[in-house]
Amino acid sequence: MQLRYVAKRCGVFLLIVWLAATLNFFLPRLSGQDPVREKLLQQAQLGGYVQAGIEAMVREYEQRFGLDKPLWSQYLAYLHDMSRLRFNYSISHYPRTVNEIMAEAIPWTVGLLGTTTVLSFTIGTLLGALLAWPRAPRSLRLLMPPLWALHAIPFFLCGLILMYLLAFQLQWLPMFGGYTAGAFPGLTLAFVSDVLQHAVLPALSIILVATGGWALTMRGMMVTTQGEDYVTFAEAKGLKGRTVFLRYCVRNAILPQTTALALALGQILSGAVLVEVIFAYPGIGTVLFHAIRENDHFLIQGIVFSVIVALGVATLLLDVLYPWLDPRITYRRA
Amino acid sequence: MHSAVGQESALTQPMSGVARLSRLRAGRRYMRHNVSLVVGLLLLLTLALFVGLGHMAVDTSKSRALSAPVLRPPSLQYPFGTDRQGRDLLATMVAGTPLTLRIGFMAGFLGVGMGTILGFVSAYYRGKIDTLIRSIVDIGLTVPGLLVLIIIAISLKKSLTVNQMALVVASLAWLNPTRTIRAQVLSLRERGYVEVARLSGMSGPEIIVKELIPNLLPYLAATLVNAVSSAILASIGLEVLGLGPVDAPTLGMTLYWVNYNAALINGWWWWWLAPLVIILIVFLGLFFLTVGLDEIANPRLRRAG
Repeated sequence: MQLRYVAKRCGVFLLIVWLAATLNFFLPRLSGQDPVREKLLQQAQLGGYVQAGIEAMVREYEQRFGLDKPLWSQYLAYLHDMSRLRFNYSISHYPRTVNEIMAEAIPWTVGLLGTTTVLSFTIGTLLGALLAWPRAPRSLRLLMPPLWALHAIPFFLCGLILMYLLAFQLQWLPMFGGYTAGAFPGLTLAFVSDVLQHAVLPALSIILVATGGWALTMRGMMVTTQGEDYVTFAEAKGLKGRTVFLRYCVRNAILPQTTALALALGQILSGAVLVEVIFAYPGIGTVLFHAIRENDHFLIQGIVFSVIVALGVATLLLDVLYPWLDPRITYRRA
Repeated sequence: MHSAVGQESALTQPMSGVARLSRLRAGRRYMRHNVSLVVGLLLLLTLALFVGLGHMAVDTSKSRALSAPVLRPPSLQYPFGTDRQGRDLLATMVAGTPLTLRIGFMAGFLGVGMGTILGFVSAYYRGKIDTLIRSIVDIGLTVPGLLVLIIIAISLKKSLTVNQMALVVASLAWLNPTRTIRAQVLSLRERGYVEVARLSGMSGPEIIVKELIPNLLPYLAATLVNAVSSAILASIGLEVLGLGPVDAPTLGMTLYWVNYNAALINGWWWWWLAPLVIILIVFLGLFFLTVGLDEIANPRLRRAG
C-alpha cells in the first residue's frame, strides 16, 4: 500500500514536470512564430561585442530547433534538454548560461521562502489553535482583527508599507538588495549580519500576511475538532487540559492544515516573486523581473521550469510525509 | 492566497470599530449579525462612489503621460499629485480603478462560469470524468499560477490590452472554483431533496438546474468574489512585472511605474500612496464580502472549503 501511494505521487510529479516542459515548448509557438528565434535573430542583428557568440548561439538554435525539422523532433530535442536541466545561454547576459545565473539566485530565494514559510506556518498554526482554545488568555483575541485585515492584502503591498515606514522613514533597516553594495561576501560575522538585516523586511512582509491566513484556517479547524466526541471523552476521562489541547485537538486539526500547505506553496511563491521585485532582493524573482524586461526567453523559461520542478518536489515530499502524520491515509484506496 | 486559506465567520469574535460602523445602519437584524458583509459592501461602495463621482468631476484624459507638470506633490490643483511622466494621479486613479476591476470581474466571471460547469459535471456524474477533472485541477493548483501566466503573456504579441489581460488571467481562474464547487455539489447531491427529485423522474441536467443551482447561489456568489479577488491579484502581479497593458493606467501599471522610477526611494510618496490605498480597499472589500457571503451560504459551518 505504502509503495503504491509513493509510486502514484511520483507519477503525478513526473506528469507535472512533463506538462511544464510541454507548455514551455508549445505556448511560444502557438502564435505561429517562434518568439525565441525572433529575439535571437534580433540580438544577432544588433551586433555588439558579443556578436560572434550570439551568432554561434543562433546557429546552434537553428540546428536543434530549426524550421526544417519536423515539430516532433524539435519537441524531443527540447524535452531532452529540459530533462537534463540544460537551459541554454542567457540571451541578455550572453556568455553566461541560464544555469549559472539561476545558481546564484536560488540560495537567496530558498533562504527567504524556506524561513518565512516555516515560520509563518508554525506561528500561524499555534496562534490559530490558541485562538480557538477557551482557556487561552482573552487578550489574544485582540490579535484577530489585524490578522484578518493583513491576511487579505498581497505580500508586496505589505512590503511597500513596511519599506516606507521602517526603512525610509525610520531608517532602521536597509531598503533594498540582499547585502550592502560593495560588501565583501564571505562567512564573516559582519557580512552575515548584513545579509540578515537585508532579509528582515522582505521576510517580515511575507510572514505578517501569511501568518494570519494560517491562524484563521487553524482556528476554524480547531472549532470543529473541539466539538468532536473524542474530545468530550478525553475531557470526561479527566485528562490534563494541555494533553487534550495538544494530543487531541491540535493533533487532528493540523491534518487539513498540512494539506492546505501543499496546495498553498505555489501561491506563496507567486507572491514572493513580487516581494523580491519590490525589495530588489537578489533571488529568482528579481532575476525573472529583469529577464522579462530584457525579453530573455531562455532565462524566463529556465526559471519557470525549475521553479515548477522545485515546487513539485516540495509537494511530493509533503505528500509522501503525509501518511506518517495521518496514518489513515495509507489504507485509503491509492 | 485568498483561496487556500479558509475564512471565518464574523459572528464569533468582537470587532469593535467595525461593529460600531454597522450599528449605525442596523435597520435590519441580519445586517447587524453579518458585519463582514456590511463592511465589505461599504468599502466597495466607497470605491464605486469615488470612481463614479471622479468620472463626473475629473478629466480622465489627464491620465495620459505628459498631460500635467511632473512630480508635483498633492496640491489643490492636483489633489493626488502628479507622476514623473506627467500624469495627474487623481485622473489616473479614476480611470484606472475601473480597468483593474474590469480585468478582475471578466476573469472572475469566466473562471467561475467554467468552474461551475466543470464542478457540476465532475461531482454529478462522477466516474472517469470526475477523476480526469479532479486530477487536472489538483495538478493545476500546485503549480505557481503567476509563473504560468508569465509564460502565456510573453508568448503572446508584444503588449496586451486590458481585455486580453483578462483572458490571460482567466486561463487559470477556473481551477479553484472547479475545486470548491465540486466539493459543494458532492455534499449537496446526497441530500434528501435531490434524492426525491431523482426518484420522481427528473433528469440529471434538470436536477442540476432546478434543485442544485438555486441552493448553491449564495455559495457561487462567494466563490465569484473570491475568484475576482484572485484575478485582480494575478493581474496586478503581471503588471508589476512589466507584462501589463503599457498604455492603460491600471492600478498595477501605476505600481509598475512606481517601481520602475524607484519612487519610494526618491521620496515621491504620493505616487504610490493613492494606488496602494485603492488596492487595499479593493482587497479588503472583496475579502469581507466573501466572508459575509460565506456566512449566508453556510451559517452552520464556519469555514469555506
